[in-house]
Amino acid sequence: MSRCYIQGAASISAQNNFAEDDFMTEVVAHTSNMAKAIPANYKAFISPAASRRMATGVKMGVAAAKMALQEANVTLPDAIVTGTGMGCIEDSEKFLKNMIDNDEEYLTPTSFIQSTHNTVGAQIALGLECKAYNVTYVHDAISFESSLIDAQLLLEEGEASTVLVGGVDELGTLFIEQVALMEKRNSGGITVPFGEGAHFFTMSSEKSDTTWAELQDVITFSVASPGQVVERLHAFLAKNEQNIGEIDAFVVGINGDEYDGYYQKLKAEFVVDTPCISYKHLSGEFYTASAFGFWGALRCLKKQKIPLAMLEDGIERSQYRTILLYNQYKGRQHSFILITTC
Amino acid sequence: MPNTELNNKDWGGIAITGMGVISAIGHTTAENLEALMASNQGIAQVSNVATRHHQQIRVGEIANTNEELANELLLPKDNNYSRTALIGTVAAKEALAQAGVTEIQEYKTGFISATSVGGMDMTERYFASYENTPEVRKYISSHHAADGTQKIAEQLGITEFVTTISTACSSAANAIMLGARLIRSGRLDRVVVGGVDCLSKFTINGFKTLMILSDEDCTPFDAHRKGLNLGEAAAYLVLESQTLVAKENKEVLAYLTGYANANDAFHQTASSANGEGAYLAMKKALQVARIDSNDIDYINAHGTATPNNDLSEGIALERIFGTRVPDFSSTKAFTGHTLAAAGAIEAVYSVLALQHQVVFPNLHFKTPMPEVNLKPAMTLQKKNIQHVLSNSFGFGGNCSTLIFSKE
Amino acid sequence: MEALKQELKESIIEQLNLEDFTPQDIEDNDALFGDGLGLDSIDALELIVMMDKDYGIKLTDPDQGREIFTSITVLADYIAQHRTK
Repeated sequence: MSRCYIQGAASISAQNNFAEDDFMTEVVAHTSNMAKAIPANYKAFISPAASRRMATGVKMGVAAAKMALQEANVTLPDAIVTGTGMGCIEDSEKFLKNMIDNDEEYLTPTSFIQSTHNTVGAQIALGLECKAYNVTYVHDAISFESSLIDAQLLLEEGEASTVLVGGVDELGTLFIEQVALMEKRNSGGITVPFGEGAHFFTMSSEKSDTTWAELQDVITFSVASPGQVVERLHAFLAKNEQNIGEIDAFVVGINGDEYDGYYQKLKAEFVVDTPCISYKHLSGEFYTASAFGFWGALRCLKKQKIPLAMLEDGIERSQYRTILLYNQYKGRQHSFILITTC
Repeated sequence: MPNTELNNKDWGGIAITGMGVISAIGHTTAENLEALMASNQGIAQVSNVATRHHQQIRVGEIANTNEELANELLLPKDNNYSRTALIGTVAAKEALAQAGVTEIQEYKTGFISATSVGGMDMTERYFASYENTPEVRKYISSHHAADGTQKIAEQLGITEFVTTISTACSSAANAIMLGARLIRSGRLDRVVVGGVDCLSKFTINGFKTLMILSDEDCTPFDAHRKGLNLGEAAAYLVLESQTLVAKENKEVLAYLTGYANANDAFHQTASSANGEGAYLAMKKALQVARIDSNDIDYINAHGTATPNNDLSEGIALERIFGTRVPDFSSTKAFTGHTLAAAGAIEAVYSVLALQHQVVFPNLHFKTPMPEVNLKPAMTLQKKNIQHVLSNSFGFGGNCSTLIFSKE
Repeated sequence: MEALKQELKESIIEQLNLEDFTPQDIEDNDALFGDGLGLDSIDALELIVMMDKDYGIKLTDPDQGREIFTSITVLADYIAQHRTK
């Protein structure tokens, strides 16, 4: 079975994740229930001719993709796999609103064209002139994990030796407002802010001197009770010949809603002093927020340290070799990811 | 280490054991087949979508209203199914029934769907009312692409691997391709794959702004083609591993033997002049199928009838097949361009072509395009068909090709 | 005519989101498409909508746009002759 190494990683999010040496030493605090992403220097990555049509998500995605490739010293990946939960919601809203306000008259094509879910993947390919395999996954909170599974499969099949894989979502304005209101009306609703971001990774079957970590395995399952998730956890670990006591940190997608119980139930399975990492209070909640968690976990392995802002129970370890990530959304779209140093 | 057939020298393809389709030309696979055989196209004036453009466009619309579909599916009155989820469920259930699947949990079963519209048909209707009308807020959560997929998966009883792909008009072909790869790698034994898109004001208006809609019945590959007719459809296939088929003694309809995905990387919406993405996809699919271009007996082309696509695809066909382009046709003159569902509905039609040993006609064709020497099949043709190639090309340069074989 | 040309330059910059441009940057006779301003087929469609909305000129064939949108001067001449608004 071929290996799966992460050679480059980039994060554009509500946190300032650009500096190589810094890792959450200064946390950006959220003052509202919308955590907008801190923009990167888009001009450095995108030509004005292309950029003028791009909404937030596409800009973030293209820039993060290029950053991840640059770090891995890859000019042209063998495949581009992107995940997005809501797709290009800014342009969707724009076209929709214009259509309704103008009663279907005088509509212009740009926002329609840019609203298709695969715009990020397409624009990355266009910018790189990359004619390789290109797919976009749009399945809620496992959009990013579906992309990882495809990337893993491509490397295993020998179809690619480098794969660019990522997750992108943008806030938009009209829709997210309604979603936020709905969550507020619900007593067990999400309490962390809603966020946006783009996280891209260059995966390879070969190790190099830019390797962050190794992706051991990733699985998703659609519907499960907390008890069933516990069973799945043990099956996943057994399949990967991993003892639960050897997990050095456990990453959870806590967002304050009534389904956080899933995380609590799983935590109880781990050895008592296992560090627990949470991140959605930093990134905000969005369908591909788990990519921020993935980036964060990789960073922890690289730096051999968990930032205070991400430490859930204040427990730390002196050495981190293996991290398990778990995420779900409203009791569905469960995923496990296992990464190790190498 | 999963049981993998990846490098199996005896690659016989992935077995297809069930199919389901609902489109402008029929509520079931059988009805679709009947229409294809009789050259009964389903293009007409739009009736279920209220649009000011209704007299300037022609569409391939499914006859049933949402209410009729919901009743057929025995859904509760307060459901929040979009039309996408409704027609998707109908087709997916038909596929599973044909495959004779009774215990869905017995084997590792997945569901991979594809859509571009998602729940937009409801969103565009109720968007302006969310603020003040609590009863319609249930549609907020059915907007995003995954919701329809999730609903269909739950109707089928599939709880394990479920995901959705969205790569514009090549979406369903990519869903089928992923399904095959997951079975081939041993991760799944069985997977229901396909796609669905319903008509919506959003897409009607969107395509209108691109000035690629025809106000007449579309004429794929014709020199005087004016543009496409939008359509709506849902189509699903059940893919099973050879091991499962042998174990359960299943009847196999056909085999998926080739698949490929390449990107044109030329322009956000237009295809390159030399059809590079299409060429690369077809070339790779033939390699995967381990056959030569000479072995293809019929091509179900993407053939949207836009000036750009048909020329670009035509050139790519000539690049692959030289002077010996096999019999080909676009069935979009029957169903309209069903966007994300196209790859799946045309996969079903490709399997039907294999089962019944026929080439379906490319309706309304009169004059070949001057730039290429290509004439599609103008009438239904009975012939010996061993391998069918199906193309699906989408915005964003996404080009996918599937190959289906008799055995 | 000068006022129309100025109006068109401002309109094009706004409609096509040419963030780094001012009307002074666009010469009357410079090519708008291809090597000049670098506009493409999507921009042509945008301009067709602008023609309809602002000047009441309906173009039904996207290829017509190619000739009319050659330069600001050509465009202004065409609008002056055919405008209904």
